[in-house]
Amino acid sequence: MKLELGVCLIKDIRFADTTRISDHVLCVNKEELTTLLLADRRLGSLDLEIVRPNERERIIHVLDVIEPRIKVEGPGAVFPGMIGKRERVGEGRSHVLKGVTVVETGQIPGVPEALLDMTGPAAELVPFARTCNLVLIPQFADGLERVECANAIKMAGLKAAAYLAEASRDLQPDHVEIYDLPPLPDLDEGVKGLPRIAYIYQLQSQADLCEPFVYGDNARKLLPTLLHPNELMDGAIVSGNYEMPPCFKNVTYTHQNNPVMHALYHRHKRDLCFVGVIVMNEHPTLHEKERSAVMAAKLAKDILGADGVIITKEGGGHADTDLMLNCQRCEEVGVKTVLVVDEPAGPDGTAPPLSDASSDRADAFVSTGNSNESIELPSVDRVIGGKALAGVSDPPQGALSVPVMMIPSATSQVGFTRLTTVEV
Amino acid sequence: MEKLRIVHFMNQFFGGIGGEEMAHVSPQSKKDAIGPGTVLQEVLGKQGQVVGTVICGDNYFAEDMEKAAHEVLRLIESYQPDLLVAGPAFNAGRYGPACGKVCHVVQEQLGIPAVTGLYEENPGVDLFRRSTYIVKTANSAQGMREAMTNMVKLALKLHAREQLGTPEEEGLISRGVKKNRLAEHLASERAVDLLLKKIKGEPYRSEMRLPRFEKVPPAPPVEELSKALIAIVVEGGLVPPENPDRIESARATRYAKYPISGKDTLTQGEFAPVSGGFEKAFVAQNPNRLCPVDVLRELEREKRIGKLYDYFYTTTGFATSLASAKQMGEAIAKELKAAHVDAVLLVST
Repeated sequence: MKLELGVCLIKDIRFADTTRISDHVLCVNKEELTTLLLADRRLGSLDLEIVRPNERERIIHVLDVIEPRIKVEGPGAVFPGMIGKRERVGEGRSHVLKGVTVVETGQIPGVPEALLDMTGPAAELVPFARTCNLVLIPQFADGLERVECANAIKMAGLKAAAYLAEASRDLQPDHVEIYDLPPLPDLDEGVKGLPRIAYIYQLQSQADLCEPFVYGDNARKLLPTLLHPNELMDGAIVSGNYEMPPCFKNVTYTHQNNPVMHALYHRHKRDLCFVGVIVMNEHPTLHEKERSAVMAAKLAKDILGADGVIITKEGGGHADTDLMLNCQRCEEVGVKTVLVVDEPAGPDGTAPPLSDASSDRADAFVSTGNSNESIELPSVDRVIGGKALAGVSDPPQGALSVPVMMIPSATSQVGFTRLTTVEV
Repeated sequence: MEKLRIVHFMNQFFGGIGGEEMAHVSPQSKKDAIGPGTVLQEVLGKQGQVVGTVICGDNYFAEDMEKAAHEVLRLIESYQPDLLVAGPAFNAGRYGPACGKVCHVVQEQLGIPAVTGLYEENPGVDLFRRSTYIVKTANSAQGMREAMTNMVKLALKLHAREQLGTPEEEGLISRGVKKNRLAEHLASERAVDLLLKKIKGEPYRSEMRLPRFEKVPPAPPVEELSKALIAIVVEGGLVPPENPDRIESARATRYAKYPISGKDTLTQGEFAPVSGGFEKAFVAQNPNRLCPVDVLRELEREKRIGKLYDYFYTTTGFATSLASAKQMGEAIAKELKAAHVDAVLLVST
C-alpha cells in the first residue's frame, strides 16, 4: 500500500471572508464553518477561537485534538466510518495541514479537566502547543445526554478538520512524503537480514465516553487485527476517550501521527524491517485479555514473523495487565519486547509505576514520565473554553500547580513526548 | 579558610573496642581519628580535620535505635561539627542501619550534611535510602579507601551546596525517587533504539524497573464453610446517600462499614457507588451486584455458609495508592479478625 502525503505548511490561521490557504496562512470563514457545524442540532451554539504558539493563553476543558487532512486521490475519505464512508483508506494521495490543529473542548459532566498552555513549561511537553489551533467551544443543547454531547463534539471536530483541509485540495503541497509498505510476500526485498519489527497498539475501549473508534465503530468487541500504518495516517483510528485522564489517553492527533509507526517507517530498510501494526483492545475481563494477548503474539510471531515488537498502551490500571500479558506471550514465543509506559509514581515519585508487574520478562521499558508529579504553570492573559476548571478551585487564569496528568499527551503513551523519569 | 570540622561515627569493631563480645557497649567518644578514621583523615588532607570519633556497640544500637541515636547525637553535637561521616558499614547488618539512622538524625536535628557508605544489599539501604545519602561501597572492608574517597567527595559537595549529578555520576545508591526530566529524543525513537539493541544482544538499559509487589500468601481454605462467619468487603465505593463518611471517588484514604443485619437484600437508593473507576449505573440500580447481600442470605438460609457478618466494609480502589490501600487493608483485616470473621468475600470493580 502506497500513500503520498502532501504536506502543506501552515504558519498562521486568520478569520476571513473566504476559507482558503494563501502564502502558508489558513484563512477561515468563521460563519460558513459555524453554520456547517451547527447543522447538528445537538449543538446549541458554537464559538470558534484561534490560539497561537507562544501566546500567553490557556485552553481548558480540552477533549480531543485533530489534525486537518483530506483525501485528494485514491479510495475512501479521511476518518472512515466517522464522517467518511466505510471504505479502505491509506492509498493514493492525502493532504495534511501541518502546523494546524482543531481542538475540541466542552463541558461534559464527569469528564476530568484537561488544559493546554501555549507557553511555559507545559507547552514544551506537547506537540500541539507548537501549532496554531482552531478551538471549538460548544454549548450543548438543553438536556442533552452525556453520550450525545460526546458524539456531537466528536463529529464537529472531525467535520471542522476535514473542512479546513479541503482548502488545500488544489494546492501544490510544500513537499510530498511517500509511505510505501508492500504486502508481506514482497516486504523482504532489500531488507534481508534486518530485524523484523511489529507494533502492538493497545486501545482502551470499554464504555461510553471511554472509546476510540476504528473505522467508525468503538473497539469494544475488537479482536487483535492488522492495520496498515497508512490507514492510521488517513484517520482509521479516532479518539472518543473523553472520560479518561488526559495524560493516559491517546488523542486523535497522536493516532494520525503515531510516532512509533513513524519511527519504524523512518528506519525501515535502514536498520529494520517494519512488518506491520497489530491493533487490539484492552478488554474489561481477564479471559478476553488472555485471548487477545495470545492472538496478538500469534499475529506477531506466526503471521508477520516479527523478531521484536514495541507495545504501547492506553490508560492505566487494568491496561497494565494487557501490557504484561502481551509481553509475556510475545517473549514466550521468542519475540523480543519493548514497552512504552507512563509512570504514575505518585506526587513524590515513590509509588510503584505499574499496577500489574506479573511478567518477569518485562525488562525493557521506555518511560514517558511521572504523570502524578506536579508542574508549575505561569499565569496567562486569556483563558479559552470556559470560566472555571473542573475539579480545581483555583481561578483558571492564574498561576497553577497541577499534576502533569492534566495536560493532554504530556506523558503520551504512544511516545509523543520527550518527558521521562530519572531515579534520584 | 578554616578547616572543616568532621565527626566520624563507627561501631565497636572498627572503633577498636572489640568484636561480638563487646557489641553491647554504650556510646562513647574519643578525640581525633581512629581506625578507619585515619583513612578518612588522609583522604580529607588539608580540607578538613577529624575532630572526634563517636563509637557505639552494634547490639546496643540495634536494641533501641531511638535511644541510641539520641545518645550518639548528643556526643556528636558536643564537637560542633560541620559534617558527619558514618561508617562505611559495607555489608554489616546491624552497623548499616545504625549508620543510616545516625546520618538521618544528624541531618534533621543538627542541620549539617551527613554521609554514609553501604553495600547495596545492606539492610540499612532499604531503611534509609530516602532519608540520607548513601555512597555505594564494596561488600567488605577491602573497599575502605575507595569508599572513603567517594564519601568525602560527596560530603564536601554537600557542604558547599553544589548541585549533585545523577546517583550514578555521584556513586550514590539511588533514593528510588522518580523525577521528571526531558530526554533528548522522543520516547518512540528511544523505544526503537532499545528494541534493536535487545534483538542484537547488545547491552541495553531499561528506563524503568518492574515494580516489586509484596506477595501475600493466601490464608488456608475455610474448613467448614457451613459454620463460617463471612464478611463482604468492596472497593467500588458503595455508600449510603449523602456519603456520610466522605469516601473519596478516587485515590481513597478512608473506608467505612455499614450495617446489613436484618437486611435480606440491598435496595436501589439505599446504597450507591461513588467510585470513578467503573460504569456505576448497574450497581446504582441494584447494589447487590457489587455487595451481594441477597445471594449470601440465600446461602445462609440453605446453611451453605454459617452466617453473614453484620456489616459490610467499603472503600474506593480507583487510583488509590498502594500505601493507602495497604493501610486500610490492614486496619479492616484487624477489625474483622477481632469480630471473629472466618472469611471475606472481596468484591472488586
